[in-house]
Amino acid sequence: MADYVTKNRFIYSTRNLWSGFLFGLGLVAFFDEVVFHQLLHWHHFYDKSTTSIGLVSDGLFHAFSWFATVGGLFMLADLRRRHALWFTRWWGGLFFGVGIFQLYDGTIQHKVMRLHQIRYNVDIFPYDLTWNIIALVLTIIGLILITHTQRIQKSEESVSHE
Amino acid sequence: MSYTNGEGIQFVLAFLFVLAFVMYIVAAIQSSRRYKTWPFYRIILWSFGMVLAFSAVFGPLAARAHNDFTAHMIVHLLLGMLAPLLLVLGAPMTLLLRTLNISLARRLSRILKSRPVWILMNPIVTSFLNIGGLWILYTTDLYMMMHNNPFFHIVIHLHIFLAGYIFTASMIYVDPTPHSFSFVYRALVLVLALAGHNILSKYMYAQPPNGVPLAQAEMGTMLMYYGGGVVDFILIWIFMSQWFKATRPQAVIFNENAAE
Repeated sequence: MADYVTKNRFIYSTRNLWSGFLFGLGLVAFFDEVVFHQLLHWHHFYDKSTTSIGLVSDGLFHAFSWFATVGGLFMLADLRRRHALWFTRWWGGLFFGVGIFQLYDGTIQHKVMRLHQIRYNVDIFPYDLTWNIIALVLTIIGLILITHTQRIQKSEESVSHE
Repeated sequence: MSYTNGEGIQFVLAFLFVLAFVMYIVAAIQSSRRYKTWPFYRIILWSFGMVLAFSAVFGPLAARAHNDFTAHMIVHLLLGMLAPLLLVLGAPMTLLLRTLNISLARRLSRILKSRPVWILMNPIVTSFLNIGGLWILYTTDLYMMMHNNPFFHIVIHLHIFLAGYIFTASMIYVDPTPHSFSFVYRALVLVLALAGHNILSKYMYAQPPNGVPLAQAEMGTMLMYYGGGVVDFILIWIFMSQWFKATRPQAVIFNENAAE
């Protein structure tokens, strides 16, 4: 039978997912800023080949990721004080957040909308391939963790109803 | 530049900040005699805010901002973002309400509850006044005109400061807020407003305001973007910690004691 933490986890199951997801978005933005902008210099502050819609989506994403980083962590603190933190589910949200953003960035933004690219003046194909495969793997890990915790919750709750 | 470094202007703006600083201190001392002592940390926050606002409009930085876009951006960050944040945390309205005599305080709180104030303090309105004002300033000839006309200079600087203040005050609630907006609504508008600030700074990187050399624009806009990000981070942090306090569990659902 579920103890009180398990019960709390089930009650705040969605919040666990959101907290991880939001922090994941913040994390991927931070990673992008530090690794690709500051360390590798693959991305520039403004590369002047970026279209105006690229500028808008960039500005919006940066503002949102700032908010998501802080917000996600405050939600984590909130779950802790409610004795409702479910780390497996939280990690599921995080992996899913990181993966899905990278995948969206790598396919829609880079390829379909052609807003900006990973690198300039090189053969882009290997970069695109690596980028999207990593993104896909992270998304799948996230989904596995999410459905796994979902299943635990379903079976436990059906047991407690009997 | 048609007027020489604008000492007269500097004096007008500086005088207003000195006045606000002195009034706050007098009010804090006065009301502390009658009521509970006004928190010292609020006096510190207010003083810091005033020092920053003062140094943005008076002295070497203000003089340099006249023909150096990077210095202008430091002024913008101090006057429009950091000083307002510190001043909001100084809770001046709370102090004013407890310093005034009862009938005046009642009249003031009636004004605060009125419809025009409700409109003015709506996060969407404050965002437009703040970020929209910046778009107008930097994408039209207003920026050039500001440097050639003392009147525009004073009005625009006052606008940057006041718009920054009401924007901050409409996002984080420190003073009494008769019309409060939900956290989700404020969060949404806040993100959009910060995005507007980000987009403007990157836009100016490629399209500098008229009269600004390219190299200065690149330096200045990056300062606007990253420096603004730091202040945004503090603002978001305070916003979220207010959410954290507001949503604290009222009834403990399942804890160790209840489980036993």
